[in-house]
Amino acid sequence: MQKQAIFQSKLLPCALVAPQLAIVLIFFYWPALQAVIQSFLLQDAFGLSSTFVWLDNYIELFKDPAYFEAIVRTFFFSFAIAVSSLSFALLLAVMADKPLRGSMLYRTLLIWPYAVAPPVVGVLWIFMLHPSLGVLSRYLRGLGVDWNPLLDGNQAAALIILAAAWKQISYNFLFFLAGLQAIPKSVFEAAAIDGARPMRRFWTVTFPLLSPTIFFLLVVNIVYAFFDTFGIIDTMTRGGPGTSTVTLVYKVYSDGLLGGNLGSSAAQSVILMVMVIVLTGIQFRFVERKVTY
Amino acid sequence: MANVTLRNVRKTYTGGFEAIKGVNVDVADGQFCVLVGPSGCGKSTLLRMVAGLETVTGGEIDIGGRVVNQVEPADRDIAMVFQNYALYPHMSVYNNMAYGLRNRGMAEAEVKTRVEEAARVLELAPMLERKPRQLSGGQRQRVAMGRAIVRQPKVFLFDEPLSNLDAKLRIAMRVEIRKLQRRLNTTSIYVTHDQLEAMTLADVLVVMNGGQVEQVGNPLAIYEKPATTFVASFIGAPPMNLMSTRTDEIKSQLGGSASEAGILGIRPEDFAITDQTPAGGVALPLMVEAIERVGAETFVYGSRAQDEQRVAATPGELPPGEVIVRIPGTEAPAIGARIRVAAVRPKLHLFSGDGRTRIEA
Repeated sequence: MQKQAIFQSKLLPCALVAPQLAIVLIFFYWPALQAVIQSFLLQDAFGLSSTFVWLDNYIELFKDPAYFEAIVRTFFFSFAIAVSSLSFALLLAVMADKPLRGSMLYRTLLIWPYAVAPPVVGVLWIFMLHPSLGVLSRYLRGLGVDWNPLLDGNQAAALIILAAAWKQISYNFLFFLAGLQAIPKSVFEAAAIDGARPMRRFWTVTFPLLSPTIFFLLVVNIVYAFFDTFGIIDTMTRGGPGTSTVTLVYKVYSDGLLGGNLGSSAAQSVILMVMVIVLTGIQFRFVERKVTY
Repeated sequence: MANVTLRNVRKTYTGGFEAIKGVNVDVADGQFCVLVGPSGCGKSTLLRMVAGLETVTGGEIDIGGRVVNQVEPADRDIAMVFQNYALYPHMSVYNNMAYGLRNRGMAEAEVKTRVEEAARVLELAPMLERKPRQLSGGQRQRVAMGRAIVRQPKVFLFDEPLSNLDAKLRIAMRVEIRKLQRRLNTTSIYVTHDQLEAMTLADVLVVMNGGQVEQVGNPLAIYEKPATTFVASFIGAPPMNLMSTRTDEIKSQLGGSASEAGILGIRPEDFAITDQTPAGGVALPLMVEAIERVGAETFVYGSRAQDEQRVAATPGELPPGEVIVRIPGTEAPAIGARIRVAAVRPKLHLFSGDGRTRIEA
């Protein structure tokens, strides 16, 4: 049974909800509607007039090999970011879960990077790995690596993945640590008495019991990698070299605001919007049923 | 099959807190040993040290003639039943029981035989494919037992395994554990705070308090001759009545050296309501303050006129001057009535004034 407040008239509840609704309407539904309308329009080069072109923008998009490349690249980035950040965070959480001295201190330190804004993360990593300024670049070249992410697309991609994954580790760590602490210690003790060595204990007990957390984080990380890496890409590579780090979100920005093709940009954002809706749907559907084992 | 010997076992935590202050216990092969004491007395810590889940900071733990202080829990050949059962929630009942066997590389056919045998004994056969969350508390308890017995270990360790069950089930499981242990004849160490469980299960009872052993022995021997006032009031429910021997009333009745002892203890059931004073015994006038009828017996709570001196007692401590008398049946004096109760000489327990030493009269 849900608790329900009883109001005498309908005026007060409406007034109370109005500010929130206004914000959602003005900052979400209005622009979203604009994007949908815009995606059916084609503008001239100076933005003075527009023509209604039905689905031409979408058709153009799906004919464009660059768009497909961006889709594949985005999925690859998301997968790489989610997997690397999840596995590293899990490793750290398992380590930090042990009752050691100063655990509060290093747990706090591990959580801090989450407070850093994505563009700042980008700047931090570029300082370390910039081909001519970076501290780490010197050592990499010393090791014989021809390190130049400004020219090498694969290195640029690796750089983006590294920075984006690093930022997300804190968030994942926090959830993993909470997940680990929710498992009764006696289960691990029972497994130890049952003759399972630490590695086997991890794979047969810890990992399955964390699977609800892992799944939740997987969805969250994919959403993050899809949409929140814009700041990192923009400060680190601006999509370059060439288009080797252009993801779907970055393409919306570069085609629309840099390329001036507002119609195509709008069509792309509508497609992205659909993806968000699907991902959120998955998240709600599965995360709500917490226990999966 | 193995004996378990604890030699001057100590546990000091970093920070200096001494949880176990030198414990010596010897559990012979096949015996059922119960560690009992109030919460915080170190009994669970001691059990976890035997299991290898806590480090030993002093002394030796010997299982089957091998000192295991530095041996991993997995290699001690023990099985443990936890208070919350600690079943693997993501595994079926079958896999819960098979896990320990598979970890040791046992052939799947042998695993099957053993698990099915355990399931038969524990009446778990119809629910082998279920997950722990689909089981009732009593069934989970059986699975935890099954997980222990399939391994056929040298020693069973039980950490308050029945405390999460309701009262009826607890009694039923208590009997089953005892029967199972008798049949398998496996050395067992059992931790509980429930003195009734301790009395009914133990071959050897170890009463602990404040990280030390107060008394070790056969449960009935401990009941009949508690070594300290702590044991006297902890073992037996309701607790033994303890009073100072130095008040004029009791001093004159005890006479001689007995009156110099310090503390006199009389169990509630050793009192009888009577006007006579048995030779050498003790009689007390009481005013009845409360009556508890439980059917087969009745507890009479009375207060003594004098004697407000507190004696060194402990758990279940009675307020000074209050005396519990246990009488059979449901006949009882009215509240507010003045009665006289008496106990014969052989039923009197004498302790030194600090309660640490028993004095044989």
